[in-house]
Amino acid sequence: MIERSHHDMGGLPGGKVERTEHEYADWERRVDAMSWLMRAHGITVDERRRHIEQLPPDDYERMTYYERWIVSLAQAALQRGLITSEELARKMVEVESRGSR
Amino acid sequence: MVPARFKAGDRVRVLKAYPIGHLRTPYYIRGHVGEIERLCGAFPNPEELAQMRDGLPALPLYRVRFRQREVWPDYQGSPSDVVEVEIFQHWLDAA
Repeated sequence: MIERSHHDMGGLPGGKVERTEHEYADWERRVDAMSWLMRAHGITVDERRRHIEQLPPDDYERMTYYERWIVSLAQAALQRGLITSEELARKMVEVESRGSR
Repeated sequence: MVPARFKAGDRVRVLKAYPIGHLRTPYYIRGHVGEIERLCGAFPNPEELAQMRDGLPALPLYRVRFRQREVWPDYQGSPSDVVEVEIFQHWLDAA
């Protein structure tokens, strides 16, 4: 039984809060926009939170806010049959190759 | 919509349970006794929405007020300090 999920941290020591502002990267803005667009197709914030909460604790800690969101969007799209893992794999390879040119 | 069972001022105990799924009731508040501060409205059940269902009928959501000293045994602040948590009705029983 899982008594306390890793993400459910209320009351645990959290360290210092860094209150610095930062500019969002373009890809982060796109993830935000995509989240809103997918909401219009019935993918709720609750569903995406479920995917984020199921990340392994090490990945949850390592990833940034929008990295977690993009994984949750991909999981939702996979689970609902909007994309396949193969399509995602091939697209990731294609996008990665753009940077190495 | 599910009828509201509680009103402001009622004492309630949060269900002390650890199911799986996407839950909106934080771990630290389960099992604690608080007082209904207000009824916030009724909303589709987020635990059901998270599983790709419609979450209907809508459930009453309350803001519940707890004494910090009751929630955290080692709390050092004022005895009148409170923490307010928004909790759906199905997690609450009359206390």
